[in-house]
Amino acid sequence: MQNLGLEVLFKGKNMIRLLGGLWVALKISLISVAISIPLGILLGAMMTWKNPIVKAILRIYLEFIRIMPQMVLLFVFYFETTKAFGWDLSGETASIIVFILWGAAEMSDLVRGAFESIPKHQYESAEALGFTRAQTLTYIIIPQTLRRLLPLSINLITRMIKTTSLVLMIGVVEVLKVAQQIIEANRMTSPNAAFGVYLTIFIMYFLACWPISMLARYLEKKWR
Amino acid sequence: MAENLLKIEHLVKKYEDNTILNDISFNVKQGEVIVIVGPSGCGKSTLLRCINALEPIQGGHIYLKDDEVKAGGANLAKLRQRIGMVFQSYELFPHLTVIENITLAPMKVQKRAREEVEKEAEALLKRVGLLEKKNYYPRELSGGQKQRVAIVRALCMHPEILLFDEVTAALDPEMVREVLDVIVDLAAEGKTMMIVTHEMQFAKAIADRVIFIDSGSIVEEGAPEAFFESPKTERAKKFLQTFTFEDVSKRRAAASDSISASE
Repeated sequence: MQNLGLEVLFKGKNMIRLLGGLWVALKISLISVAISIPLGILLGAMMTWKNPIVKAILRIYLEFIRIMPQMVLLFVFYFETTKAFGWDLSGETASIIVFILWGAAEMSDLVRGAFESIPKHQYESAEALGFTRAQTLTYIIIPQTLRRLLPLSINLITRMIKTTSLVLMIGVVEVLKVAQQIIEANRMTSPNAAFGVYLTIFIMYFLACWPISMLARYLEKKWR
Repeated sequence: MAENLLKIEHLVKKYEDNTILNDISFNVKQGEVIVIVGPSGCGKSTLLRCINALEPIQGGHIYLKDDEVKAGGANLAKLRQRIGMVFQSYELFPHLTVIENITLAPMKVQKRAREEVEKEAEALLKRVGLLEKKNYYPRELSGGQKQRVAIVRALCMHPEILLFDEVTAALDPEMVREVLDVIVDLAAEGKTMMIVTHEMQFAKAIADRVIFIDSGSIVEEGAPEAFFESPKTERAKKFLQTFTFEDVSKRRAAASDSISASE
């Protein structure tokens, strides 16, 4: 069997460092998810309002975040806020801000889509039974919206976890950055280290995202 | 003489400049079964939707006993509890089981006790032959079964009048019967009902009175025998003809007669 350079993982604290890097990536994504999902639900609910001004502002926000590559957003928040406002954001903080803005935007659109996908007839049949508007939302519309939303939002969470691989561009030492450091440091002794290290990272990302995907698939089946 | 349960006075419904219903007036007596027929697009479904205030009206009044039914009215939710409605496409709540679909409104809207409502729901389900399906989800039922559940759901609110909006139009022919049988059963029990349908045989059998609507106006109104056997207006005659087919063998005979005659 070809040498994959796996031995570098067992040199010194390399494995611990990789896991530490993974933790940084997961921490950024988990904090962002925890804040952006509720924020996105709130914004999504606001997008269904009739108020044209609120609608327009949220639309512009959503389109702006969508059009910009995440990397550009990271650069803008890390470098430009320092230039413009003199903020000294750490890479991690800047990443979390960008991920929250991005996650909330995507989530709001999922919420809006799920909400609007409930057929008009569901409202009518509820109202024909004598439900008030508030009761119709509470017992009929929101439970159905949540069922449609859950698999979609879990999919968004895994995307957020994977996209943390970009934050090394603003100097955050997450799992990919640690990997690069390990590979560089052992270039002479284990020239094949890249294979083993990246394989390990592949497995790490897989183990982080796979259970979440499975949960989404399970819920999708259950609530079909 | 039974009292008037529902009074409709000079009802006008417009979508912008397009008049859907024009000056409709009639009364429905307690226990009466009214069947509304007419070509598609004539406004008969819209009429039912107006009675339940699902559509705002542009003129006239609708009264249920002494209370006015009005879109945006103060007591609308309260009034709607007294009007049961069954839709063409069932509109069960997909996230709830059959029994939950039926008991939700009585429990949440009328604040009745769960045990009492469930007992009634089960009795009604049994009556329509669906008791064993009570823990199924709507997606696991056939169209006819869904529609029977929808009828039970409306019944469980104890409405004073039931509105049926083309309830068999979306069903396979063999399922139509099971749903119509339930409605016939309710009629026999003395429920007040307004039924929009294209099933003429059914209409004839169940109606106390037939109302024929065309282009938003009542064209003819009367007892079913009179309406179906000897309609008074040309328009109704023409409409009823669309439901009868001439026997092909007769046409063949007529054709060969005309050929032999020309020889």
